[in-house]
Amino acid sequence: MSLEHILKVENLVMHFGGIKALNDVTFNIKRGSVSALIGPNGAGKTTVFNCLTGFYKATGGDITLSAQNKETSVIKVLGEPFQATDFLSPFAFFRRLKYKMFGGSHLVNRAGLSRTFQNIRLFKEMSVVENLLVAQHMRANRSMLAGVLNTKSYQKSEEEALDRVFYWLGVVDLVDSANRLAGELSYGQQRRLEIARAMCTNPEIICLDEPAAGLNPSETEALTKMIRVLRDEHNTTVLLIEHDMGMVMDISDYIVVLDHGEVIAKGGPEDIRSNPKVIAAYLGAEEGEEVTL
Amino acid sequence: MSATAGINYKKSVIDALVAGFMALIVFGPIVGVVLDGYSFNAEFGKVAWMVAVVVIGRFAISCFFQTEKGIAMAFRHANNDEGVAVRLPDHKSKLLWVVPLVIAIGLLVPFIASKYVLTVIILGLIYVLLGLGLNIVVGLAGLLDLGFVGFYAIGAYGLALGYENLGLGFWSMLPIAALIAAMAGAILGFPVLRMHGDYLAIVTLGFGEIIRLILTNWTSLTHGPNGISAPLPTFFGLEFKRRSRDGETFHEFFNIPYDSAYKYMFIYLVLFAVVWAVLFIKHRLVKMPIGRAWEALREDEIACRSLGLNHVLVKLSAFMIGASTAGLAGVFFATYQGFVNPSSFTFFESALILAIVVLGGMGSTLGVVIAAFCLTVLPELLREFAEYRVLMFGILMVVMMIWKPRGIVRVTRTGFAARKGVVK
Ligand SMILES: Nc1ncnc2c1ncn2[C@@H]1O[C@H](COP(=O)(O)OP(=O)(O)OP(=O)(O)O)[C@@H](O)[C@H]1O
Ligand SMILES: [Mg+2]
Repeated sequence: MSLEHILKVENLVMHFGGIKALNDVTFNIKRGSVSALIGPNGAGKTTVFNCLTGFYKATGGDITLSAQNKETSVIKVLGEPFQATDFLSPFAFFRRLKYKMFGGSHLVNRAGLSRTFQNIRLFKEMSVVENLLVAQHMRANRSMLAGVLNTKSYQKSEEEALDRVFYWLGVVDLVDSANRLAGELSYGQQRRLEIARAMCTNPEIICLDEPAAGLNPSETEALTKMIRVLRDEHNTTVLLIEHDMGMVMDISDYIVVLDHGEVIAKGGPEDIRSNPKVIAAYLGAEEGEEVTL
Repeated sequence: MSATAGINYKKSVIDALVAGFMALIVFGPIVGVVLDGYSFNAEFGKVAWMVAVVVIGRFAISCFFQTEKGIAMAFRHANNDEGVAVRLPDHKSKLLWVVPLVIAIGLLVPFIASKYVLTVIILGLIYVLLGLGLNIVVGLAGLLDLGFVGFYAIGAYGLALGYENLGLGFWSMLPIAALIAAMAGAILGFPVLRMHGDYLAIVTLGFGEIIRLILTNWTSLTHGPNGISAPLPTFFGLEFKRRSRDGETFHEFFNIPYDSAYKYMFIYLVLFAVVWAVLFIKHRLVKMPIGRAWEALREDEIACRSLGLNHVLVKLSAFMIGASTAGLAGVFFATYQGFVNPSSFTFFESALILAIVVLGGMGSTLGVVIAAFCLTVLPELLREFAEYRVLMFGILMVVMMIWKPRGIVRVTRTGFAARKGVVK
């Protein structure tokens, strides 16, 4: 259990057949920081997120999440193939069998990491409130009997869930749209709802994939404020992917730059701004275009 | 757009002629050619009648939609938002009045209806149960299950085999069959629920057929195509037979003349109670975390996983609860028929149950109840047209898909009153 770093990514490799999306990516995220993952299109940023959250099984490397007072190996909870030594030790065998049968990306979320998606994934035909209620599934009273009989403890748990729903709707300024369908909301509102939904799972670290994409400047500013609220009032570590350099430089404590599946620079905003490799990567993408970081 | 332009009769005539030509193509071979041994008789009269009805009907419809009233109606339907709606937080459901009324009428039915009508209604209620079960799987959890009849068969054969081999009666088999069906759902579900859409549909289709083939071919246990008899329910140990081998019968105990309608009355009342219980449980389930998880899974599985829901277990729970409902329906079917054989559990049944769910509106309880009655009771009442049953079934499906593609009853969602949020 590392107190300083909430997330450690070591030598992460991800290949899709012949495509080497990630080559040896290594970085650490400090607890309580706002960090950014940047890079040109196709650099592999979303792929890193998908590996972190368990949607892709990394080809190689290690991801360690230190949250909820324990260390979780993201690679392990996804279910690894059996190894010869497992057949000698029943304990190791059953643990591996358990993860193989019941493991998966949901365990990563339960270990304290939640995320949003680059292409918004809301439950479109459910109401805004229901979207946030689903996110609290693991905290709800899930006993069938209690629910069918509508017992006191069930009602209490539902009331608490609704309290949390309206708290988060307040934070993302969606109380007026509480009873609308998620699919009917505007793009900016959907982005905010997705963040609220991710926060409802009570994570220690939240990964936002391009949260400001498609937002206008004032909405981006509101988003920046909101991300600060997440960190300062809820002690949530934030890791975000973003192309809006103004916003990235504004809120990040730490920046990791990816290009062609490799980390080309890491450091504070000032270091990154003046890093020749980073400028080259962004310049190289579109030759002759002026790039200011 | 005003109606003062008058009716464009030329357009209506063309519409009518086109429709008549279509009708000629459709009805010509079906109705006009009647096989007679190795030759056939051409029945032009019948075809002419049918085509004439279609032509006149189409002409009338075409004219009507050009009048002021017709335009208004078409406009209303075009504007009708068919999607899901969220109810207001203080919404009071009209069902609050309707439900006690329906229960009261339902309790009176066995004492007024004739024996034949009663058996038809029992069949309708059995399909309501099946529809409710499949509605959880397909409508709520979004898992296309084409082998639902397999669980229905397990319930029905559960009662028959439990009685024959273990001497278990209706009352003990009712919960046991539901459990067995749920277990079968779990065993089938666990390996296949990682699949999506079409793949899952094919695997479940195979499952339904496997069950039917086992029932047909495992003759030492199931007596194959000959089928086996199933016991009747008992009323506190009293049997509904004319004569009982052991113990008293219902009519002897109450000192009334024997009437075979008593057993249907009793089956009806028990079934009626079970249907209401299932309706109530389903009504609660959709509001509970598990019901929300089912629907969320239908909407977006990846998002569900990112929120910590174990998608396999959530799907499995939907599959098991759906299967157990089908198991209950199977028990009632067996006891109502008094006899089961594999030919009652063909793919056509699965398709019929799926049609009930689709027509009723995916996820809508009321819609499923209405559709179940429409699709099972109407064909029974229209026995004269028995030959055209499947044809009418097809026409109904096509009409529904054009008119109300999202089902009879619009799906609504609960609204929540705004409150002051608190965290922890
Ligand atoms: N499932 C997949 N199968 C095959 N190749 C993939 C897959 N996912 C990503 N890739 C490849 O990996 C590379 C990195 O993609 P990724 O989506 O991570 O880029 P990104 O940095 O998020 O870009 P953007 O800024 O446009 O979102 C691309 O070349 C992409 O084609
Ligand atoms: Mg991306």
